[in-house]
Amino acid sequence: MGRILTLATNPAMIALFTALAVTGCASKKTLPNNAGELGLNSATPGSQQDFTVNVGDRIFFDTDSSSIRPDAAATLDKQAQWLARYPQYRITVEGHADERGTREYNLALGARRAAAAKSYLASKGVPASQMQTISYGKERPVAVCDDISCWSQNRRSVTVLGGAGS
Amino acid sequence: MPRLSKIVFLMAAMIMALAARPALAVVEIDINKANVEPLPIAITDFQSTDDLGAKVSSVVEADLKRSGLFAPVNRGAFIEKITNPDQTPRFPDWTAINAQALVTGRVVQEADGRLRAEYRLWDTFANQQLSGEQFFTRPENWRRVAHIIADAIYERLTGEKGYFDSRVVFVSETGPKNNRQKQLAIMDQDGANARMLTSGNDIVLTPRFSPNRQEITYMSFEGGQPRVYLLQLETGQRELVGNFPGMTFSPRFSPDGQRVIMSLQEGGNANIYAMDLRSRATTRLTDTAAIDTSPSYSPDSQQIVFESDRGGRQQLYKMNADGSNQQRISFGDGSYSTPVWSPRGDLIAFTKQSGGKFSIGVMRPDGSGERILTTGFHNEGPTWAPNGRVLMFFRQPAGAGGPQIYSIDLTGYNEQRVETPGYASDPAWSPLLE
Repeated sequence: MGRILTLATNPAMIALFTALAVTGCASKKTLPNNAGELGLNSATPGSQQDFTVNVGDRIFFDTDSSSIRPDAAATLDKQAQWLARYPQYRITVEGHADERGTREYNLALGARRAAAAKSYLASKGVPASQMQTISYGKERPVAVCDDISCWSQNRRSVTVLGGAGS
Repeated sequence: MPRLSKIVFLMAAMIMALAARPALAVVEIDINKANVEPLPIAITDFQSTDDLGAKVSSVVEADLKRSGLFAPVNRGAFIEKITNPDQTPRFPDWTAINAQALVTGRVVQEADGRLRAEYRLWDTFANQQLSGEQFFTRPENWRRVAHIIADAIYERLTGEKGYFDSRVVFVSETGPKNNRQKQLAIMDQDGANARMLTSGNDIVLTPRFSPNRQEITYMSFEGGQPRVYLLQLETGQRELVGNFPGMTFSPRFSPDGQRVIMSLQEGGNANIYAMDLRSRATTRLTDTAAIDTSPSYSPDSQQIVFESDRGGRQQLYKMNADGSNQQRISFGDGSYSTPVWSPRGDLIAFTKQSGGKFSIGVMRPDGSGERILTTGFHNEGPTWAPNGRVLMFFRQPAGAGGPQIYSIDLTGYNEQRVETPGYASDPAWSPLLE
């Protein structure tokens, strides 16, 4: 355990450790929240990559919840600041649910999460006219597995620069 | 699909009328018992000059067997070889192998190109014919004729309408779970004749049959706008249902086919609307700061059952068709969703989540008499057979695999997988075809 903590102080080593973990246990994929956590930091300021890597394009929710958690609020704060600096972008907030619910409810739950994220961004100054939302329910998981760690990655909203929605 | 002309033999009709008196009906199945002992029935190869006779009778046999109410007797045990299906069989040859019912028949290619299919159902212990009918159809409809014959036998022996001459729309799924392609598809209730209705370019979900059997309503992500559509099965013509500002989803027809009820997403809330398909008038039925969805009419159109999380977790509620008198009906441990009213009106089927498991269950419309039919990692989305006797649903395994469709008897017995071309979800059963 002490060795892992030591390694974790070096971002490059975290990347290596994650890669090994994935290889070692193919059935459980632990994806980083965003590429920024991997220490990759070469994106052009104001680019799509800059947003995804250095700001973080997604936030996560608790089961059956659309409350913005403190960690999610921090990410959305950064998104709002970035969007204020680069106002040329319109955004689509995608809402998603994990697979542990029924299809119709999850469509509405995804929409509720997208609405919560949009509302938070609006409260931080992102113009509502610049934002649209779409729910994918449980139809577009990012992580595929059968345990809680995986489902928690799928309960998310993703801020997409451009994109379709209503 | 062209209508099948049906001629009931006069004699058969008379015998049927006689046999309908309970005193004479030796062969009978009480399908209300929890675990029915299947009735031994001998189904002979229907006579024909090619293999079509045997193909028709094997579909009849497969239907009856799948119902769980009949046990077809192994053909190897048959003593009498039926050479003339019109002739009275040697009943002792059939009672000797304990076949309580016997089916004979023939399939003939008429000079005009039509197919003539006949069957006779015999009560071997009462030494009499129970029913006999003749059907004319186009040769490519031979499976439908077989299903119609199976329905006739089922009805004659159980006293309830059959469900074999029916179809199922569903979502056919291919590809990895994080990039699943979904296509609307349709098949016969036994899994035969499956064909795709959409290309797979857009996510499509929750298809539901119209009572007229000619159209379905479903949800599509076409153009990046998740909305409810109508699809004409014959022509392939598609049409948007209404022009709402937000996502519309979870559609279902009214019993007369004139309205579609569905959910409209409004910010973080979803409410239920009804839309008249002729006038295009929309009526708001619920108005809560909650998720109200999965509406389903009672067969008399007077009430609607739906799910709502207005009390915290998803529970089942019912209301009058105009939205009045909304009341919760599910009070068990866990959450309840996807309610569907039985075509008989006596029960509501649902998905229940409890203790990390997903179950399919039924309850009476007042919420009493809850019974769980099957439980596991993930069972979802029940749909009723036209006679309200059998349910289909889909089952999703844990991990990277995909869902499959299953059928189960109302008693919770006789669970069977329905063969589909690939992964399959969201089944919706049609009414009996006509």
